[in-house]
Amino acid sequence: MPVIVVEVMPKAELLDPQGKAVAGALHRLGRTAFGGVRVGKRFELTVEGPVTDAVLAEAREVAESLLANLVIEDVVGVRELTTAELEDRLDAEVGA
Amino acid sequence: MTRVGVVTFPGSLDDGDARRAVRLAGADPVRLWHGDADLQGVDAVVLPGGFSYGDYLRCGAIAALSPIMTEVVAAADRGTPVLGICNGFQMLTEAHLLPGGLVRNDHGAFVCRDQRLRVERTGTAWTNAFEQDEEIVVPLKNGEGGFTADADTIARLEGDGRVVFRYLDVDPNGSVNRIAGIANERGNVVGLMPHPEHAVEPGFGPDTPAAMRSGVDGLRIFRSALQALLAA
Amino acid sequence: MTSEAPSVHVDSVEAAAATPEREQPYAALGLTDDEYARVRELLGRRPTSGELAMYSVMWSEHCSYKSSKKYLRRFGEKVTPKMREHLMVGMGQNAGVVDIGRGWAVTFKVESHNHPSYIEPFQGAATGVGGIVRDIIAMGARPVAVMDQLRFGDIEEADTLRVVHGVVAGIAHYGNCLGLPNIGGETVFDAVYQGNPLVNALAVGVLKHEDLRLANATGTGNKVVLFGARTGGDGIGGASILASDTFSAGGPTKRPAVQVGDPFAEKVLIECCLELFSGGYVEAIQDLGAAGISCATSELAANGDGGMKVDLDKVLLRDPTLTAEEILMSESQERMMAVVRPDQLEGFLAVTARWDVETSVLGEVTDTGRLEITWRGETIVDVDPTTVAVDGPVYDRPVARPAGLDALQADTAAALPRPVDGGAMRDQLLAVLASPSLASPGWITDQYDRYVLGNTALSFPDDGGMIRVDEESGLGVAIATDANGRYCALDPRIGAQLALSEAYRNVAVTGATPLAVTDCLNFGAPTNPEVMWQLSEAVDGLADACLALEVPVTGGNVSLYNQTGTTAIHPTPVVGVLGVIDDVADRIPSGWQDDGLNLYLLGTTALELDGSAWAGVVHDHLGGRPPAPRLEAERDLAGLLAAAAEEGLVSAAHDLGEGGLAQTLAEGVLRFGVGARVWLGDVVERDDVDAATALFSESTARVLVAVPREEDVKFVGLCAGRRVPALRIGVTDAESGELEVQDRFTIGIDALRAAFEGTLPAHLGPRVGA
Repeated sequence: MPVIVVEVMPKAELLDPQGKAVAGALHRLGRTAFGGVRVGKRFELTVEGPVTDAVLAEAREVAESLLANLVIEDVVGVRELTTAELEDRLDAEVGA
Repeated sequence: MTRVGVVTFPGSLDDGDARRAVRLAGADPVRLWHGDADLQGVDAVVLPGGFSYGDYLRCGAIAALSPIMTEVVAAADRGTPVLGICNGFQMLTEAHLLPGGLVRNDHGAFVCRDQRLRVERTGTAWTNAFEQDEEIVVPLKNGEGGFTADADTIARLEGDGRVVFRYLDVDPNGSVNRIAGIANERGNVVGLMPHPEHAVEPGFGPDTPAAMRSGVDGLRIFRSALQALLAA
Repeated sequence: MTSEAPSVHVDSVEAAAATPEREQPYAALGLTDDEYARVRELLGRRPTSGELAMYSVMWSEHCSYKSSKKYLRRFGEKVTPKMREHLMVGMGQNAGVVDIGRGWAVTFKVESHNHPSYIEPFQGAATGVGGIVRDIIAMGARPVAVMDQLRFGDIEEADTLRVVHGVVAGIAHYGNCLGLPNIGGETVFDAVYQGNPLVNALAVGVLKHEDLRLANATGTGNKVVLFGARTGGDGIGGASILASDTFSAGGPTKRPAVQVGDPFAEKVLIECCLELFSGGYVEAIQDLGAAGISCATSELAANGDGGMKVDLDKVLLRDPTLTAEEILMSESQERMMAVVRPDQLEGFLAVTARWDVETSVLGEVTDTGRLEITWRGETIVDVDPTTVAVDGPVYDRPVARPAGLDALQADTAAALPRPVDGGAMRDQLLAVLASPSLASPGWITDQYDRYVLGNTALSFPDDGGMIRVDEESGLGVAIATDANGRYCALDPRIGAQLALSEAYRNVAVTGATPLAVTDCLNFGAPTNPEVMWQLSEAVDGLADACLALEVPVTGGNVSLYNQTGTTAIHPTPVVGVLGVIDDVADRIPSGWQDDGLNLYLLGTTALELDGSAWAGVVHDHLGGRPPAPRLEAERDLAGLLAAAAEEGLVSAAHDLGEGGLAQTLAEGVLRFGVGARVWLGDVVERDDVDAATALFSESTARVLVAVPREEDVKFVGLCAGRRVPALRIGVTDAESGELEVQDRFTIGIDALRAAFEGTLPAHLGPRVGA
């Protein structure tokens, strides 16, 4: 079954304490190659049937009304997983 | 007797304490269930603190979609006093009864402390029993208490005098402008992060210079509602 | 690739009987050759994979107490009628239950989750809290408070920080989300716990007498119901061996050994259970902890009529690929098992539906005396449940007094140079006050909710936690915990008695009357004869002391194998004491707020610096013999304090423990920021000790009290009447802003506060508001 991925990030202008904490941990571990970290959420929505434009639009609606609180977050991505990504996902489930 | 409803959601933790506070303030506490779209004719509503739905998705987000919330919104529109405490405040912002949002404390940890506050707006249903600019001590305990909103909203809140409580001395969570609690335009809906229901009974509240655990500054928040209702 | 359940050969009882020669990976599952042979003997055939899984987890040290049972029996043997008087449920059930009057009872217990907390600190500690709380629910009680006893390695080590951050965040997350106030505990930093941190969690619950539930499956035909979270692959690292053994498609599966907790699920479970109890829908109940379904079914059956029939296919799974063995061993959290009368089942299911708690009827109680479990239509387990849950192996491990102990005991701290100069005393007081184990744990306790439920009468930083049980009368309970690994290393028998003394005294200073005991025995490996000697000594010492103080052990926990390589931790028996107070309004704070109160030192002081915090901090020394327990004196002291509390004679009472009088004075001043002026001359003279000893000795049965002038005469009279030595050593001073030890030194409150509160933030990160 197809899967739509929605990505939500905290609004850029807001402080991201989790990101800050993770960045601090990275630096303490000597990983100075990385500057900052921001932490968001990734949702995977399983779709009954094919992913049409209407379905994608509905996913975006759901993303903006429920999955994200637009006062404090932005929806930065709504897309369908590719066939290759779907296969990797199934492999990970069964074999690992 | 005045009847004040306290809603229990799955994961509500301070609903019992809110009911006790209502009782000590001289009103009749009524248990309301999240799944019932029925306020049972109460005169005021309290959305209590806790971790409703485990803070899944976002704090208060799922609770804000409960059947009872449509009734709470309708009641608020009619002028019914509604108080949101901590998780309840989060629900009020998710339900858009109050502007802004609450995010993770800037230092990243959960903090429980006796917090000094200034009451900056006494013209609300929940603060009329205080003096203007009165300083009180109310326990604060949360991990996601940082109030935030865009610059325009903040300007509007400040300009219209809708900041009801402000953090004094120590900034416990990085809230913009140290905002601890706000009101809607009408003043019947108030949300705050600190927990007044934990400062209502001598022996169980914050320490004061007079005696250990003797602080009861939170009681007047509940008494205010009774006064507001009597005056209405 | 598909995600269907893999096809496996079901290792049924029939198949097992037909294939006696089949090799089984019992050693990898933790069974010895003898234990495996015993299982075959009990069954009269080889065990099925499912039975092998059950026996291997249930006969593990953690579940069977096989190395410690022989010693734990002593707690039950040394009991007087007076000790039994208030005991409603003793050892053997999920938790002990004590009658506290007015129809109320209290259940409490302390447990360990040490090894998981080293592997995955956050989840290890979180699930530790979850587990002990479920034990409390299983008695029919509402959980009302938690406490935790944490022992970490050297605070300077990076790995210690990893563990501290995770453990504290885990306890905070789980406890706060459950809505249980954390009302106290202890935190110790000592290199001896570097690879073996100790995370002990205590929970308290309240119930009316008639609400008591036990874990006995009685009533043939009653339903066995599993409810709560779905069963997944949590904590079954070992079972994967079996999975690979029986897997016919693909290679071995990787299953997590860690358990992941969901406090929201447990909060819902609490409310659901309480509604089930009040509705009368539950005959018996058991929580699922270590060994999951294996444990719950075998224990319920063994404790009850002896028979149970379970269909494992009925278990609701989070992961449909789990094998039967994995389901039996799964340690998925937030699950309970209830025994329900058939005519009550509908009501039961209505309640669980209301709370959205998934429920499944697995089977029923039988009168066969056998635990039978089926899977895919075949019987895969057919055992006598008592052989699994009750009559496991009991070992009599070799015992040997540690070779180096004589030398260690001869190395007394009395030989160490003690400060004579006031300036040196001042510096050493500050050093002890700032040492990681004695410094303020505020950085930690600020992350815990202490207010929820609105019944917390005392919590950190006071000596004990106190919870109001009955809002009408004010009836309440106080709880304190204590352990001292350093004392126990020097002498485990005395050390255990001192832990009890300290916890008992900490309850007494709140004004409550001590009533019952729980314990968590944290020791090294039982294969080490020196460790077994320590365990034997500690249990003996504790049992004797409980008898002398007439407070019974109601339950507890044993955690062995706390060692890295051949280096074991100090023997660390943690003792929790519960006490009762008629009205929490009478409780005594640990510090003073008023000016001009008289400060009295109760008890006498001897030169007892061996194993002291002073010896450790100032001289990095551990040697000699611990202070002498004075159990009669502790009893007299407790009686005095309870009477004083009731009559309102004292404004503050703080016990003397690690760091001696110096630490107690500093903490008394810092509690509310009110200074004091004290003099040591009278103590020095009466007890024939020098000033440094007066400050840092850790002699037992001593308390510092603050008495208002108007109560002075009465109080002194009370002490005389109860034969408690009382010496006036100072006065409180609200103006001075300092602690003055006359003719010796003075320390400003700011300096005291900086030392006390600076240590943990300096290592762990800023503290809000500091």
